[in-house]
Amino acid sequence: MKTFQYEVKDELGIHARPAGMLVKVAKGFQSKVTIEKGEKNADASRLMAVMALAVKQGETVTVTVEGEDEEAAFEGIKAFFEENL
Amino acid sequence: MITINGKAAFGGIVIGKIKEFSKEKNVVRRTKITDAKAEYTRFENARETAIEQLAGLYEKAVKEVGETNAAIFEVHQMMLEDDDYLDSVKNMIETQMVNAEFAVATTGDNFASIFSEMDDEYMKERAADVKDISERVIRILSGVEDSDGLSSDEEDAFIVVADDLAPSETIQLDRSKVLAFVTRKGSTNSHTAILARTMNIPALVCTPLDKDVDGRIAVVDGNSGKIILDPEEETIVSYEKLLKEERERKELLLRLKGQKTVTKSGKEIKLYANIGGVKDVAAVLQNDAAGIGLFRSEFLYLQSDTYPTENEQFNAYKTVAEMMAGKKVIIRTLDIGADKQIDYFNLDKEENPALGYRAVRICLDRPEIFKTQLRALYRASAYGNIAIMIPMIASLWEVRKAKELAETVKEELKAEGIAYGEVEFGIMIETPAAVMLADELAKEVDFFSIGTNDLTQYTLAIDRQNEKLDVFYDAHHPAVLRMIQMVIDSAHRAGIWAGICGELGADTTMTETFVQMGIDELSVSPAMVLPVRNKILGVE
Repeated sequence: MKTFQYEVKDELGIHARPAGMLVKVAKGFQSKVTIEKGEKNADASRLMAVMALAVKQGETVTVTVEGEDEEAAFEGIKAFFEENL
Repeated sequence: MITINGKAAFGGIVIGKIKEFSKEKNVVRRTKITDAKAEYTRFENARETAIEQLAGLYEKAVKEVGETNAAIFEVHQMMLEDDDYLDSVKNMIETQMVNAEFAVATTGDNFASIFSEMDDEYMKERAADVKDISERVIRILSGVEDSDGLSSDEEDAFIVVADDLAPSETIQLDRSKVLAFVTRKGSTNSHTAILARTMNIPALVCTPLDKDVDGRIAVVDGNSGKIILDPEEETIVSYEKLLKEERERKELLLRLKGQKTVTKSGKEIKLYANIGGVKDVAAVLQNDAAGIGLFRSEFLYLQSDTYPTENEQFNAYKTVAEMMAGKKVIIRTLDIGADKQIDYFNLDKEENPALGYRAVRICLDRPEIFKTQLRALYRASAYGNIAIMIPMIASLWEVRKAKELAETVKEELKAEGIAYGEVEFGIMIETPAAVMLADELAKEVDFFSIGTNDLTQYTLAIDRQNEKLDVFYDAHHPAVLRMIQMVIDSAHRAGIWAGICGELGADTTMTETFVQMGIDELSVSPAMVLPVRNKILGVE
């Protein structure tokens, strides 16, 4: 299991479009990717759940990856956050 | 004739016949099924068709409104691939043995309510997305044609009226058949409003229209946010005139947009626009002005019940600076007085407000108000190309005092570690005193902008509101023109630039004269930018 924290810099937060892109990226790995914000968490491969987290600019999320390809998934997801959010 | 006010989502004028866009609201009935597996397969097929349709809409939208605006249709497709959504539909069919239509409708409502209950305006709007995709699947399931309601054999284009339009409905409409959009609900920030803007279609939202408007003739005035039902002949004629002017402006726009404003002999004139608030910036960009030459900051004070805070001001200035993306934004500091009353300023009633306690005089007398504005301006300067302009200057010490306050503000910001950019500091020349002192004033500032309205009134000692004085009033009075010449000459001797931001700047019969006088900048209302550019291009 690998985990990282990320503070969202995008002005709109994780809005529909980046949420959609994130789901695509997460589905590309076998590992289970979970995004946690406060008490709530969402499976990163589920679009509506990710959107329902309503992550705003300045909020910090904890991302956890777990599974066979977690090394690659960790790098891939982290890079996605840094580039797009 | 009835006039109904709504909110303008995009400007422009059209005259035409109304077509009510009625969605065949599918009444979804709950029925018992016997074969859950077959029912789910029916859903799967409909879902695939829906995704195909949405992919088609995405393609259409990319072509018509660009990739960024089209992205919503990609998100719609992905919503239909969402595991939670699919699980919910499947679960409902299997455990409750209900028809797919009912399962989709219920699931759609459930997910929509998750979004609509969120404490976030953006996310609230997403409820409409979930409903939209669910309705699409239901339509396919129940075999309803996905048509736009504007039957193709009709030749004319219409004013499309609806309760609300989903983005998918907006983009699906045949562009050539739509004159304007008018919705009873909706917001100016909805995707539909954004699409209308990108598609260049006049649009009104939040317009309380009755149900019986189908087929009636109407004028949609997107510039002032109203629709006129059954207009009288006179109204039609006056709008047709406006339409003609608008068409001519558009033609001018196509021809002149993107061109530099240079005279035949190669001198480039800075052609800027005057604005009264953030909402005018769109018109500035549409009309291709090279910058903003007069941003009247009064609106911030007029629309508020108390002194606007530094942050409120900062946000407005920053927004404009960012929207203008590096182009010059000249912001005039507070210019109110007894003629523009603001309650919380507690200004005394004056016998002669034009000669009274106003503009820079208030600012220097009550420096705490002025400093708040200066701080907001300098902070915003880190986000674009901002210049500060002080109105109603009559004496040298006023300029020096204003500059001193500006220096204090900069030092404070520096001490607090707050960033600010390079800011040009200029003054308005609108008193005869400032004209006479222009040589000395020019050594103190970076630019002059001539406010011809006040300068003319003070020079001729004529109140423009007084109709009896019309015969004495001459906008092209030689005294005023000589003053303009003096100001330009003084500016150039000191190596600074001089412009005009008063109404006279937009008077195309004077453009040639001003260019000959050596004017460096003209700031006019957005609609006048291209006519003035057209004129300058033809001047030696």
